[in-house]
Amino acid sequence: MTELLYWQALNRAMDAEMAADETVFTLGEDVGLYGGTYRVTEGLMAKYGEWRVRDTPISENSFTGLGIGAALTGLRPVVEIMTVNFALLAMDALVNMAAKIPFMSGGQFPMPLVIRMPGGVARQLGAQHSQRLEHMLMNVPGLRMVVPATPQDAYWQLRQAIRSDDPIIVLEHELLYFSKGPMDESAVAPAMHQAMVRRRGSALTCIAYSRMASLALEAADTLAQEGIAMEVIDLRSLSPIDWQTCQQSVEKTHRLLIVEEDCRFAGAGAEMAATLQERCFYLLDAPIQRVAGMDIPTPFNGAMEAASIPRSADIIAAARALTAAA
Amino acid sequence: MDRSVMAAMLRDMLLARAFEEQAAQEYAQGNVAGFLHLYPGEEAVAVGVLHAAEPGDYVVSTYREHVHAIVRGVPPRQVMAEIFGKKDGISGGMGGSMHLFDRERRFLGGYAIVGETFPIAVGAAYAVAYRKLPEAVICFFGDGAVNQGTFHESLNMAALWKLPVLFVCENNHYQIGTEIHRHSAMVEVHKRACAYGIPAEKVDGMDVLTVHGAARRALERVRAGDGPQFLECETYRYRGHSMADPGSYRPAVEVNAFVANDPIAAAIHHAEPHYPSAEELQCVGPDCVHRFTEHCCAEGHLDPAAVEQLRQEVGAIVQDAAAFARQSPAPEMVDVQAAFLRNRRFETLMEDPQ
Repeated sequence: MTELLYWQALNRAMDAEMAADETVFTLGEDVGLYGGTYRVTEGLMAKYGEWRVRDTPISENSFTGLGIGAALTGLRPVVEIMTVNFALLAMDALVNMAAKIPFMSGGQFPMPLVIRMPGGVARQLGAQHSQRLEHMLMNVPGLRMVVPATPQDAYWQLRQAIRSDDPIIVLEHELLYFSKGPMDESAVAPAMHQAMVRRRGSALTCIAYSRMASLALEAADTLAQEGIAMEVIDLRSLSPIDWQTCQQSVEKTHRLLIVEEDCRFAGAGAEMAATLQERCFYLLDAPIQRVAGMDIPTPFNGAMEAASIPRSADIIAAARALTAAA
Repeated sequence: MDRSVMAAMLRDMLLARAFEEQAAQEYAQGNVAGFLHLYPGEEAVAVGVLHAAEPGDYVVSTYREHVHAIVRGVPPRQVMAEIFGKKDGISGGMGGSMHLFDRERRFLGGYAIVGETFPIAVGAAYAVAYRKLPEAVICFFGDGAVNQGTFHESLNMAALWKLPVLFVCENNHYQIGTEIHRHSAMVEVHKRACAYGIPAEKVDGMDVLTVHGAARRALERVRAGDGPQFLECETYRYRGHSMADPGSYRPAVEVNAFVANDPIAAAIHHAEPHYPSAEELQCVGPDCVHRFTEHCCAEGHLDPAAVEQLRQEVGAIVQDAAAFARQSPAPEMVDVQAAFLRNRRFETLMEDPQ
């Protein structure tokens, strides 16, 4: 088993799929000569040539649409959108085209399209570059979305996404690209949308995804010292969501805390809270709680920015309050 | 031109007109719901261009695409059934009038958001160039679409990578209800292609022979590896934007001028100076047949018996298509789910719970 950075794991996944299948190609801004803003496509242009690693103009809607047209005609495009914020310019392609064409054609056309992009709050990039838009994409039937939190999952889920005939969004995180973790290329991957219990516990269940999964694990360490055993589930996927794994945990703990970086109002966590109260209402000893991003555009100031999204201390405080409740 | 090509084009134009008028009747009778955008007046464009295409070419069209699909070979029965929202429709009743798709015939869809055909076509052309195949992609759009960002973004990429696309502008002078001088600073649409160094030509879109010739030459250049080509076809729709639109914003004198230029008449005899009545426009009517027979005799391309045979043939096809659509079953929710989930049938999304 080796240790790899998250971007390196994605890079290996791209390389493996491009080597295995010559219909796989990637396109996006600076993916070629530059090697990718976060180095994910580093070295691929030299190895596979410019038709398979295509630097595009700054035309998000049309290069995403280009990927869709290519997917309709037999290629397997991996479109990199530099950040999720720019995906707003490609919403027509994503929502009106990628999500609709397979269905509107009566199932005639597969859509083997992957959209890779980082979301989330990074470090002082300003309100326009610090968005979490997963809730928007979750609300689009026809799109699937995975949110890998570790290098191993990034590797597995990107490879699975490329092999899928549905349009899949691989939502990465700007602060995870340089995080390190173990990776075994030969290990058997779990199903693409399976949630994983990262830490066992009996006092409460915490469900989180992407960068918040590691933050929840950090908080669980501290809570364990206080005698609060928090179970941590990394969802790994936001569409669909593995409700079964969540429910099984709540059956044991009877308390549920949802941690999301997304804004609280109508965010990703709202769906989790709604569905899990429907499924688990009579199992719960306390109302479901959410720790979420504040409902404000992200402030530029570093301290204010950090305070606008969940921190480890926020998770700890919420877990304490939830387990103290009768 | 070869007499059989001529006959085939005339047949498709007659079929197109008859089909659309039948669709309008079905709408009026309440058999068709939703939006219905009809093509009468513009037949010379679809027929002229698509008769210049090869079977391996891809076609991307708009929400006014019944005729493109039919000329491309999609059975009129399946087009009509789709317009009715029935299970036997070409998209299984999941698409409707604006979303005809036919994978087998490389008909990549009708798109109902203006400007979407550009990136789809450029993507298909990218896939063709990627595999170094001799195929072309034909991208239809209206004069209203050229003010969308995707027009400029996509033409730029097509030219940058010399992709095999023929862009065909069906300039009918109106984006829904707004006349081109009120929506475009540059009304000569083909000149916009110059910005990307794409060779462009403007032709009389009411004359099928002119359209056909220009499309054939442009497609030859596309296949020769010369990169994207651009064809502006000046045309006119006789009806409103959709069945919900009476088209009252257009002066009668303008409509009449184009009706005089009816492409179906022009298909046999250029610029017939005749103002047909509304009944005559429905070319399944007897007056039209009489007119076509006269023209055919005059030009010597077809004899009256052959035109009559064509008329009978398309009339029967359209009647059959409508009867088929009426009798076709409606899709059930199980069909809806099947269409939605079809592409993940070999995938395991999650493990079964223990």
